[in-house]
Amino acid sequence: MAKNKEIVIRPPAGEIEFNIKEVWEYKDLLRELVMKNFRLIYKQTVLGPIWLIFNPIITSVVFTFVFGNFAGLETDGLPHFLFYMSGNTLWNFFANCINTNANTFRANAGVYGKVYFPRLTIPISHIISGFINFLMQFVSLLVFFFIYKFTGTELHIAPRMLLLPVIMLHTILLALAVGLVLSCLTYKYRDFVFIINLGMQLWMYITPVVYSMSNTGGWMHKVLLLNPMTPIVHNFRYALLGRGGCMIGSWAISIAFTAVALIIGIIAFNRSARNFVDTV
Amino acid sequence: MEQNKTMEQKPIIEIKGLKKRYRLGVINNKTLKADWQSFWAKRMGKPDPNVKIGQERLQGQTLMALNGVDLKIMPGEAVGIIGINGAGKSTMLKLLSRVTAPTEGEIILRGKITSMLEVGTGFNPELTGRENIYMNGTILGMTRSEIDEKMDEIIEFSEVREFIDTPVKRYSSGMYVKLAFSVAAHLDSDIMIMDEVLAVGDVNFQKKCLSRMSIASTTEGRTILYVSHNMSTIRQICTRCIVMKEGKIIYDGDVEEAIRIYSEESFKFELRQELEIPETIPANQCGVLTSFEILDRDNLIFDANEKLKVRFGMKIIRPVENISCVVTLLYAGVNIVGSFMSKYMHFDEATNTGYFDMEMDLSNLAQGKYFCDLRLVEPSAGRFIMHEEKLKLFGFEVSENKKRNDFNWDFGKWGYNMLTVENINYHKGN
Repeated sequence: MAKNKEIVIRPPAGEIEFNIKEVWEYKDLLRELVMKNFRLIYKQTVLGPIWLIFNPIITSVVFTFVFGNFAGLETDGLPHFLFYMSGNTLWNFFANCINTNANTFRANAGVYGKVYFPRLTIPISHIISGFINFLMQFVSLLVFFFIYKFTGTELHIAPRMLLLPVIMLHTILLALAVGLVLSCLTYKYRDFVFIINLGMQLWMYITPVVYSMSNTGGWMHKVLLLNPMTPIVHNFRYALLGRGGCMIGSWAISIAFTAVALIIGIIAFNRSARNFVDTV
Repeated sequence: MEQNKTMEQKPIIEIKGLKKRYRLGVINNKTLKADWQSFWAKRMGKPDPNVKIGQERLQGQTLMALNGVDLKIMPGEAVGIIGINGAGKSTMLKLLSRVTAPTEGEIILRGKITSMLEVGTGFNPELTGRENIYMNGTILGMTRSEIDEKMDEIIEFSEVREFIDTPVKRYSSGMYVKLAFSVAAHLDSDIMIMDEVLAVGDVNFQKKCLSRMSIASTTEGRTILYVSHNMSTIRQICTRCIVMKEGKIIYDGDVEEAIRIYSEESFKFELRQELEIPETIPANQCGVLTSFEILDRDNLIFDANEKLKVRFGMKIIRPVENISCVVTLLYAGVNIVGSFMSKYMHFDEATNTGYFDMEMDLSNLAQGKYFCDLRLVEPSAGRFIMHEEKLKLFGFEVSENKKRNDFNWDFGKWGYNMLTVENINYHKGN
């Protein structure tokens, strides 16, 4: 008689809510939300998911001209295009997840106010759909990898590539953590919507997306290493393309930061979710 | 097995000392700048620039939307919840459906609960009907395989089979609601919570929804909690009814008795009243009503053979040749019973203020409390011009009249209007 399990509803006594298990019980909802996100992006488009793959290719072409040819930034001896595309793909995934999740409460006020379900399912669904999009872009990145490899660029398939899934998982968790924390701010103050948009653009420039860490030096280099996204993008590029070396120390700090931010994020999100219905 | 039995006897919903407090007034200003302004003004001892005039008194005040509710509901009961707006009905349903958390007290639920505070939650206009069934169903807590199982039933019930693979943005609003209700109605849950969702679709569909609900409670043994202002649907579905007032339960029991208490609670009748006269009278009106007074009485309980006499005070600004007074009766404040329509009067400008008396025959009214709307209308090319409209202006009660019937009048089946039969005779043979 699992159906007859008791549910007790009590006033929140400031206890810490960590309802990951409950999210799992709603996995079918998660699946529907992911499918909805996917369907909605490409409803009434002619080319459909092809846009998804075009997007990073075109920005990378632009970057190649602007930063590679005009500004002449060093790319660790890698082809400009491949260098920019690898950074771009990962960064876009990260930034999109955060921009979407930061708006969770505002965008879903109607549903949250009418039905109970674990509130975390919505941000998690955004991350999952973002990741599926990212994977498609990643496949196109691999296609370019092989095109360059077979046209004479020195690229190797090596065990370091096993780091890729680990780095992707780290990106997912960091994006979720930051998105959750920010969503608690936007529901109270609309200002944060604009601040976050601007902030994400600025954040890209303190992350080695359009330049290589070997271009930086002195105190700048040290500051950049504190950015939790720096080792992620750098190591992602290393794992895929094999240049620049693996950052260990900075990555460790970033992992610790992610863990703490994720715990704070989930707690703050659940707390906001409880108050949100009565205040918005 | 033994354990199952004890489980059955426990109430499926148990509410103990439930309270919910809301803060009134401005909670925050939604932007950092405004909050900073308010904070700074407070520090400098200046008035807050973001507080609207007249709102000061709400600052920091709280409202107990629920103020100590205790309730036990057994499995299979269909319980109606009635009460005037702001009595706490919706708050209670929100707490039960876990959309918001209580301030004090406890709720124990011993079964799977689904709430329909709104039909079609999570419906997305871009998705097709079928996709939305999955979306809506999973939001309400069904699994995909459960939905697959019920899919055919849901589509059949919704009457939109041919459009099921069309995006719902192309649906008519009726189709949309039908589909949404169908999903909710086929949920596999032990407790169903509904907030006036039955006021949807066309008449036939409403009937279908109602009978679906009745089946759910009587034959499928589900527990139903239903909030409505529509007394006839409460009568149809519910086996027990709760009346709420100011965050508390003031009655719990028989449906008819609850409806009677609700209608008494919701109206305060006056014998006479001076009305506020607006500074500018709208140009399309010939004047305004200034007062009313029930004549020759010190109470408002009438016997059916008595007449109700009312004097209406008027302020006239321009003359009207033909004007008629229409008094509409509402039983329990919601059900329109019928209207008294007067002969034409003539309003004279020179009088400026004046009054008219109206006498109404109550002999056709079933016992109960009635509310009256007043309208002054002037005929104009087959239509009419409304000169004054006062909703629920006054009210009265018709006492039990044993002379006409020695049994209880069944309002649900017979209505509120007891029409007169002149002659009735039985004859033997053909």
